[in-house]
Amino acid sequence: MANADHLPDSQVTVRPSTYARLLVLAPLATATLLIVPILVGLAGAAGPAFGWLPVLGGKTLSLDPWRALWDTPGLGSMIRLSLVTGIASTALALTIVVLFLGAFADSRAFIWLRRLLSPLLAVPHAAAAIGLAFLLAPSGLAMRLVSPGLSGFHSPPDYLFPGDGWGIALIAGLVIKEVPFLLLMSLAALSQCQAEQRTHLARSLGYAPTTAFLKAVLPTLYPLIRLPVYAVIAFASANVDVAMILGPSTPPPLAVSVVHWLNDPDLSKRFMASAAALTQLGITLLALAGWWLMECLVACLGRRWLTDGRRHTAHRLGQWLGGGSAWISVTLLGASLIALILWSLATWWPFPVLWPTPLSLANWQRALDGLWPATLTTLALALSSTLLSSLLVVGCLEHETVNRRTMGTGASLVLYLPLLVPPVAFLFGLVQLQAQLQARFALSPGFFSAALGHCLFVLPYVFLSLAESYRRLDPRWSQLSAALGRSPAYTFVRVRLPMLLAPIAVAMAVGLAVSIGQYLPTLLLSAGRLTTLTTEAITLASGGDRRLTAVYALAQLLLPALGFAIALWLPRLLHHRRRARRN
Amino acid sequence: MRPYMPPDSSSSFSDSLVFDNVAIDLDGHRLITLNARIAPGEIVSVMGPSGVGKSTLLAYAAGFLAPAFRATGHVYLGQRELTGLPAQQRHLGLLFQDPLLFPHLNVGGNLAFGMPASIKRSERRRRIESALADIGLAGFAKRDPATLSGGQKARVALMRVLLSQPHAMLLDEPFSKLDAALRHDMRQLVFERIRARGLPALMVTHDHADAEATGDAVIELLPARESEHDGMLSSPSNAQSSAPGLQHAKR
Repeated sequence: MANADHLPDSQVTVRPSTYARLLVLAPLATATLLIVPILVGLAGAAGPAFGWLPVLGGKTLSLDPWRALWDTPGLGSMIRLSLVTGIASTALALTIVVLFLGAFADSRAFIWLRRLLSPLLAVPHAAAAIGLAFLLAPSGLAMRLVSPGLSGFHSPPDYLFPGDGWGIALIAGLVIKEVPFLLLMSLAALSQCQAEQRTHLARSLGYAPTTAFLKAVLPTLYPLIRLPVYAVIAFASANVDVAMILGPSTPPPLAVSVVHWLNDPDLSKRFMASAAALTQLGITLLALAGWWLMECLVACLGRRWLTDGRRHTAHRLGQWLGGGSAWISVTLLGASLIALILWSLATWWPFPVLWPTPLSLANWQRALDGLWPATLTTLALALSSTLLSSLLVVGCLEHETVNRRTMGTGASLVLYLPLLVPPVAFLFGLVQLQAQLQARFALSPGFFSAALGHCLFVLPYVFLSLAESYRRLDPRWSQLSAALGRSPAYTFVRVRLPMLLAPIAVAMAVGLAVSIGQYLPTLLLSAGRLTTLTTEAITLASGGDRRLTAVYALAQLLLPALGFAIALWLPRLLHHRRRARRN
Repeated sequence: MRPYMPPDSSSSFSDSLVFDNVAIDLDGHRLITLNARIAPGEIVSVMGPSGVGKSTLLAYAAGFLAPAFRATGHVYLGQRELTGLPAQQRHLGLLFQDPLLFPHLNVGGNLAFGMPASIKRSERRRRIESALADIGLAGFAKRDPATLSGGQKARVALMRVLLSQPHAMLLDEPFSKLDAALRHDMRQLVFERIRARGLPALMVTHDHADAEATGDAVIELLPARESEHDGMLSSPSNAQSSAPGLQHAKR
């Protein structure tokens, strides 16, 4: 992942150790793993989009798939939905995060929220979406809370949630998951832009706290979180799992339609699906371009505002909006989890009763037969993809450390590539390719390809989670070890690895959580042969069995939570034992 | 309460900065106690080894004390009590170790950032130009602060604070990152401007030359714990009481 920026030649060249030379392989392997499947996947989608798919008899190039796509009823609505939900949810989440940071960066509320961040991030998208649906649906927990006392409803009111035509449910579901992510990314970046000193300076010049943040910190913070923001736009404009649960269905956002067409029994629809997958890529690029234009506009309009000397702009509003909305999104997420728990334990729960009686484990027992194998598959996929990703990530960071390279913009783009290209576009092409290979070499889709597919999404998150701690480790520890005559490899195993155990464990927990939450790669790359907790939860969510859905969503949520618990507890345990031995 | 001030007057506010029975505790341990009255144009130095709480005192005065500390006592500017006010309403100009020029604004923008909003655009531009000319940087308004030398940055940072029309100054080791030659010039400039405007100033420093250059009072802070066993200290003015914190010597 490192830039090959050459150091000036020194007179004495030290021959690099075998270890140092082996490490060069890590960034190479990582870049290959991230770039090749995406390029191949996009190419694999491009062929059928122009009528070329020999397996299905497409042997001439034509524009027919595009014509078929063009004639699809509701295409305009699909595209509009993807664009609007993508940009609106990102804008909302970013506003919440920025105003919250501006108004509360020094407060106790902030320290509290900071502690909640990792567990909130570990909540899989699907579980959060299912919980939100259970919370805000007409017969959901929120409506029960105000019924019949405040609202006067004795039967569930008639409004459409989830699945409203405007995509409001979908936007809400995206926002509650994007806020923790953007908050975490901003926290990492804040330390790089002297945030505290600058707000102090601006406040001593008379600026109100929020205004000080907006005028003195944000202009340098935003460039640092730009890539994460773009990743959020790409995810929000092209996601499938949240949209299947919360989005409208007639018509759904484009990415969901692509998956429907791909799974259509009529195989000829695959040509059109390919064209739609490429269109999705275009839509995401359009959303990104639109956002970029807004950035330029804001920068241009903001320039004079920055130096106009006004000290209270947006202060009150920011405090109310930032505080209120950050807590609303955290509360929504928390309340969603309560809704899930109640539904998973409910037997008979008529509207508008708030608390289901009796509570029982019957739903869990009923689910156990399916739950167990799905959990094992989920774990196997998560462990294998996380182990491989962590190995590569640690290799890359070791390469940076040992060979003294720094990561350039190109390398970060490669890292963000799987998060920027809509998965539905390239996974779809990979599936086509897999089908070709299967026909020719009897290479069947299944566990191996699904695990590699998970790596595409797990690896960037493991890297983002670990890089900061790895780079911040005081280089003098390693220099000390070298001065004591230890080789770089020995220093890695005996010095850096133990000192970085805690962040590595957390990064692996993040990796597990990302893998456990994956829907599309599992579904497509295993050709539907692998059943994980996530695929099962999403399938169930579209059915009517709320109790069973809640059980699966909770199981899907518990697994990453368990991962985080172990990651936090393991280093402490080892540390404790070390201290015990010393005493 | 505030005397009338024409906008670009450099006359004095003639208000003293008063520390009245100030005490700062950390985890139940007394860190600092202070009684002081700083007259307009006077620059009082606070000295002491690192870790003794010099910066804590400054953070307290400016309104940025971390929640872990507990403080009692009062800070006044003339008749006005500052203690309960948020940082942005105290009108205390803060000069840091680093110039902290905003990289997203040019030199002129950095100066404009400090000016009150009531000043109109053409007047803002005029004042930026005259402030820059004043520190030998005429025509630098459009420059990127990253292209300035260390001394130039420090001068711009000083002008930014002064353009915000502070009522008193807090200096946090303002010269410690400058090299020896620059340090002397910068000291002259800062002290001269503070005196010309008649601002009371509190300067935290560990450089005796800084304190000597002011010719004003010096407050020595002694480490709370080590001051209990004498002789461990290498403080120059050691003839004072060994009670933790307050040592106020007028020279």
